[in-house]
Amino acid sequence: MSMNNVGRPTRPEAANDSAAGHQTLTGARGLLQDEALIFELDGWNKTGVDLPPVTAASSSDLAGLLRSEPIGLPGLSEPEVVRHYVRLSQKNHAIDLALYPLGSCTMKHNPRLNEKMARLPGFSDIHPLQPQSTVQGALELMDRLAHWLKTLTGMPAVALTPKAGAHGELCGLLAIRAAHEAAGNGHRKTVLAPTSAHGTNPATAAFVGYTVVEIAQTEDGRVDLADLESKLGDHVAAIMVTNPNTCGLFERDVVEIARLTHAAGAYFYCDGANFNAIVGRVRPGDLGVDAMHINLHKTFSTPHGGGGPGAGPVVLSEALAPFAPTPWLTHGDNGFALAEHAGDDDAKTAFGRMSAFHGQMGMYVRAYAYMLSHGADGLKQVAEDAVLNANYVKAQLKDVMTPAFPEGPCMHEALFDDRWLEGTGVTTLDFAKAMIDEGFHPMTMYFPLVVHGAMLIEPTETESKHELDRFITALRALAGAAKAGDVERFKGAPFHAPLRRLDETQAARKPRLKWKPVAAAPLAAE
Amino acid sequence: MRYLPLTPEDRVEMLGAIGVKSIDDLFVDVPASARRDAPVDLPHHAGELDVEREMAGLARRNRAAGEGPFFCGAGAYRHHVPATVDHIIQRSEFLTSYTPYQPEIAQGTLQVLFEFQTQVAALTGMEVANASLYDGSTGAAEAVMMAQRVTRKTKAVMSGGLHPHYVGAIETLAHAAGVTTNALPAAVDAEDAVIAAIDQDTACVVVQTPNVFGTVTDVTKIAEAAHAAGALLIVVTTEAVSYGLLKSPGEMGADIAVAEGQSIGNGLNFGGPYVGLFACKEKFVRQMPGRLCGETVDADGKRGFVLTLSTREQHIRRDKATSNICTNSGLCALAFSIHMSLLGETGLRQLAAVNHQKALALRDALKAVPGVEVLTPRFFNEFAIKVPGKAAEVVETLAAHGVIAGVPFSRLDGKAGLDDVLLVAATETTLDIDITVFAKALTKVFAQ
Repeated sequence: MSMNNVGRPTRPEAANDSAAGHQTLTGARGLLQDEALIFELDGWNKTGVDLPPVTAASSSDLAGLLRSEPIGLPGLSEPEVVRHYVRLSQKNHAIDLALYPLGSCTMKHNPRLNEKMARLPGFSDIHPLQPQSTVQGALELMDRLAHWLKTLTGMPAVALTPKAGAHGELCGLLAIRAAHEAAGNGHRKTVLAPTSAHGTNPATAAFVGYTVVEIAQTEDGRVDLADLESKLGDHVAAIMVTNPNTCGLFERDVVEIARLTHAAGAYFYCDGANFNAIVGRVRPGDLGVDAMHINLHKTFSTPHGGGGPGAGPVVLSEALAPFAPTPWLTHGDNGFALAEHAGDDDAKTAFGRMSAFHGQMGMYVRAYAYMLSHGADGLKQVAEDAVLNANYVKAQLKDVMTPAFPEGPCMHEALFDDRWLEGTGVTTLDFAKAMIDEGFHPMTMYFPLVVHGAMLIEPTETESKHELDRFITALRALAGAAKAGDVERFKGAPFHAPLRRLDETQAARKPRLKWKPVAAAPLAAE
Repeated sequence: MRYLPLTPEDRVEMLGAIGVKSIDDLFVDVPASARRDAPVDLPHHAGELDVEREMAGLARRNRAAGEGPFFCGAGAYRHHVPATVDHIIQRSEFLTSYTPYQPEIAQGTLQVLFEFQTQVAALTGMEVANASLYDGSTGAAEAVMMAQRVTRKTKAVMSGGLHPHYVGAIETLAHAAGVTTNALPAAVDAEDAVIAAIDQDTACVVVQTPNVFGTVTDVTKIAEAAHAAGALLIVVTTEAVSYGLLKSPGEMGADIAVAEGQSIGNGLNFGGPYVGLFACKEKFVRQMPGRLCGETVDADGKRGFVLTLSTREQHIRRDKATSNICTNSGLCALAFSIHMSLLGETGLRQLAAVNHQKALALRDALKAVPGVEVLTPRFFNEFAIKVPGKAAEVVETLAAHGVIAGVPFSRLDGKAGLDDVLLVAATETTLDIDITVFAKALTKVFAQ
């Protein structure tokens, strides 16, 4: 063994067995700490903020209204808090770490410039109800964002307020409902949606009292026109169709779908979750769409933040625009103004209010900074590179995996089924978990529902060819291992994640939804 | 373009591997009538410096709260957020991850959600809390829908102290779903008036404390009346810091507690993104909207966390789901949770006490202004005053003098006949000098 002059070995001894199965004494694994819950860190009497002392507690008005019991909340000093959350953060996969090919979710690079802009005090430190004369820059930003969204979609109006995609769907259906009622067509209570639709589509339709009827799909993964036509009628309020659809395919007959829908007196709601595949190249307004939400956290790259916040502005056709929710942004002699009350003269036909304030301003700032950065030319390139990357992945994997729709190009995501796993003993779930061990986040699994064992891969435009090739090489190797009978690699996976496979059945059977003290209740500070 | 890694050479090589000649060959399914070759009529790409200049130009035309005296509340509050919060939420692993669908590589987010749920349940005094909704107002609307599912009744009674914009958000969703609503007339101190409006069709009663006028109410009697009629009590709170001082909704018999969580960990942001807190009694858990994180074990028996009870949710139950919500307010919930962990019980109680004291000082200063009448009998950090003339005009006049005086009630509801009512709030960020300047400016305006 080599030693330095104080006797410290300078070269590792040759390992005679692999790291697999080696258990540490503390549960930690090198850099990966085994972090307890915040409630288990002995912080019952601590705080990480220094506040001014309270001088005279003159709250006699509140006699009988004050808390009498301890709340039961731990607090920690600042260094302890930083360490707790940084340790936790290291148990997460992230787009900043590696490819995150969740189909339909659009995990692309989140530029940090947008974060910086959203933190300018002129955007982050303004109140939604301070005088409108003091927020003209914020209102102008909303107006410019609206202009970009309308221009990119070729639609005449946009409702900015919805707080996420599903909230946008709700906005669109409420506008459609209001338009039908205004025209004396309130009896129209059916929504048609393909089986491949996102779960939010039927959930939203049911939420506003509509009945959902499914539209069949053709062999090539698109809306079955004949089936659609047979189901349209005087009872149908709207169709909800995703385009590009959840199979990653463009609805070739979309213009005819719109024509049939309009001829039947119904509206065409387009789920715009996949707008990133066509932004700058195709305007939904040219396809006959009446309403479409745009997930700013997908197409326009505002961060997903582990599950939000999102933003779901909805572009609207001339027919639906009068019913958009309040607030409406107007432009008069004194600059920009907000019409905030449905039914008032300045927002007479609005269907109402969707939330307390004006929407997700923090997301508007980020999305607008992203739009300015890319410009019209860059956004077109975004769509083209997203589609190119997906087709490249499909082409490089089609001989080892089975594309669900091999004929023709896909759009921004490549859909595979599990026929190629037949007889291997490996399932789509097993394959996904093995990808974790190879350093990649799994693709979307078992969605859309119309494809057996679905694997939906969306690489996005922000992956380099080098990273795509790394991904393709890993998937080809895994596919080879599955076919070669190396089943244990899949069944036991993941082996190298912070945790092994989790028992979801147990979690649901006896739900434990919060921490409870094991022994005596801790004493809170007075 | 700095965000796009592919080079022109890469693109040519990749098209070749796919077996097509040009990018247009990948867009063949788009109808010819809708294909666009030229970019749309918008500016072309811009460098970071140019974007920063343009955005800064827009930002400069807004008067930030921190620039001077500032007294707006009415559902959004300016508090100091520790630098640690903003640092941690910008870590890549939190900022750039998705909803934790793969729990083995999302334990960071999942443990945070489990801790957040525990914190929210403790603060509201409820048995269970979810992993967040969009904001307080949409949470209130979801609570009404949930009460309809639980009770199988279809009427919601709302107090005159409920924030008018919350009333609006509830009415929009409830009416679409066939739930009738009875919103009582705006009243400073009349949460109890809902009791007389409860009948056998009532699914839920929605009250707010502190209410939109700042009035703090013990709603225990309302809970008893609601329960006697088979209805649920929904208690709304728009200022989460008040939990540090006041009786919790759970302690007063609430079935569902809904709150705007913005005050803790999140900035004003012109109204969003915020974070909806949603908690209820355990027996209603299967009717809850939104994500729930639960504890379980992994294949080696180690403790871990997963999203659970997802058979309530849209991606499984589709048109039978309890809500259509998917993306919620994950990162804002993280900010809330970090700030809460820094505060702890000690810090939160002290923060609440400081807020209350600042508001008492503000009340004393404004009460001394000739023509001002304080309307709110007991409050936390916000109260209503009556001013001579229209409150909206007073606010505009003071804004011209650099004081953001609060929210005129007419901004929330122009038809309540309360045009002379101004809502004012104070927090730990309010300086004594701000209060002095505000009172002096008001005195001057009314003397003119």
